[in-house]
Amino acid sequence: MPTITTEGVCHVANLARLEFNNEETEQFTEQLARILDYIGKLNELDTDDVPPTSHIHPHQVVIMGSQTEASHVAKPDVVKPSYPREEVLANAPEPEEGYFGVPRVVDRSH
Amino acid sequence: MLYELTAHALHEKLKAREITAVELVESLHARIDAVEPHVKGYLTLTKDLALEQAHAADAGFQKGEDMPPLAGIPIAIKDVICTKGVRTTCASKILETFVPPYDATVMRKLHEQGVVVLGKTNMDEFAMGSSTENSAYQITHNPWNLDTIPGGSSGGSAAVIAADTAICSLGSDTGGSIRQPAALCGVVGMKPTYGRVSRYGLVAFASSLDQIGPFTKDVTDCALLLNAICGSDAMDATSVDVPVPDFTQNLINDVEGMKIGIPKEYFTPALDTEVADRVHTAITVLEQLGATVEEISLPHTEYAIATYYIIAPAEASANLARYDGVRYGYRQENPEDLINMYKKTRSEGFGEEVKRRIMLGTFALSAGYQDAYYKKAQKARTLIKSDFDAAFEQVDVIATPTSPTPAFKIGERTADPLQMYLCDVMTTPASHAGLPGISVPCGLVQNGLPVGLQLLGAPFAEEKVLRVAYTFEQNTDHHLQKPQMRVNGATSS
Repeated sequence: MPTITTEGVCHVANLARLEFNNEETEQFTEQLARILDYIGKLNELDTDDVPPTSHIHPHQVVIMGSQTEASHVAKPDVVKPSYPREEVLANAPEPEEGYFGVPRVVDRSH
Repeated sequence: MLYELTAHALHEKLKAREITAVELVESLHARIDAVEPHVKGYLTLTKDLALEQAHAADAGFQKGEDMPPLAGIPIAIKDVICTKGVRTTCASKILETFVPPYDATVMRKLHEQGVVVLGKTNMDEFAMGSSTENSAYQITHNPWNLDTIPGGSSGGSAAVIAADTAICSLGSDTGGSIRQPAALCGVVGMKPTYGRVSRYGLVAFASSLDQIGPFTKDVTDCALLLNAICGSDAMDATSVDVPVPDFTQNLINDVEGMKIGIPKEYFTPALDTEVADRVHTAITVLEQLGATVEEISLPHTEYAIATYYIIAPAEASANLARYDGVRYGYRQENPEDLINMYKKTRSEGFGEEVKRRIMLGTFALSAGYQDAYYKKAQKARTLIKSDFDAAFEQVDVIATPTSPTPAFKIGERTADPLQMYLCDVMTTPASHAGLPGISVPCGLVQNGLPVGLQLLGAPFAEEKVLRVAYTFEQNTDHHLQKPQMRVNGATSS
């Protein structure tokens, strides 16, 4: 199995929206490489003809309270009240005029 | 003392009006005041709320109403389960100020029973860990030896039962996070079948594995808690619509004719010899009580940890993407721009183990690596599950140790993540297969630390698991042993 390098750690950190200093990057590289080396154990298994499992009850999915063989879940299309806006915004770090505030993403000059 | 009793014993006293729920919660509060400073099992105590709930339960009992079995019973909740109006941190800095605007489905169900909520318990951050040392807030100490860890990730929920600072509690189990701390703290802990209990309001770690379950002082209480929390839920599409039996009907003191499988792969040289001895003794007890014991093989057991540490981090990396500083929780102040805000918020808000798993999972799902890691692990998961499917053609229940060792010293394994991951070697296989599993106390090792016996059943065969566990408990006294807490030279039992 492929392993991970310092550059790989920086690339993955960016994908995960994390950032590390040099020392952390090195530590993560060393630790992840060791964990991935252990995980390499899975290569001992011949899995060519083995289907993947993503969910242990693939055929028991609920549609409106009854068991079916279907693979999608649907609920009756009924309008229900949402949580009050102020309750939801109560947890927001910077609520603004009834919205979630974030740093400016649009350049003012355009 | 009232705080030492089980929920079913307390229910009889409440019903007979020998005691009130207020007296009961006051007994727990006094116990918490005395030992919680040493155990540190709670992140948040809700004393005023608990008193209000106790008064409400008393009103029902006084009217002579037919009260549910958990009415007035003091319970502790792992801080990964959303509690309306009560801070829910997941033991993470990133959720330090998060107050859920809704209750998890399990909380709604418990409130319908009229429980008394004592508070929220400590855990490994986002349920990632095996020792509760990954909490951003505090270290929880094992009541059997305050220098050792309580197990994890539901270490707080296990420790408060062992310390008698709660009558029962809820935890969550992704790769063993209920069963392993139950074993290490000498209490009963059960992970129901995946899909038995709604995950709505359980902060997600690995969605295909996470399941809520109870910690209790005996198997009867475990059945009562399962009765309260199980059932399909429109709010969780992965909850399964199968009938929920009355689990107390399975508290049958008889294993005559039941077949118990002992998987040889669990008894490796890595298993602590005293743990192996206590588990073998427990199996002999069941055999003497009439069960048929046979050796079985689960050949892919050794791949369970490698499989787990791809699947769980992969799912976690997706689930934890929501912590971006926008809608709730911590936000780094004065970011340069939006991307910078995400990165700073997440890097400062998450602890090291959480970041390690996000990295591992993001890598395993990234372009070019997905087939080699994630897909490969999903296929290995199929093989592990097939082992169990074949075994349950042969036997009713599988018996193993819950943990390869008793509790270890605080700090002993924090330097090496891989060593910590290997703590889950006995519990992750059943997690991959979504099986119900219980850990019950089966004795102490020489230095006085508890050992757990793990009993696993086929999907939705909780009834058989409970029956074997109950029979074992009724014919032994391990569950009655209590830690002698040595605090500042004095002993508090």
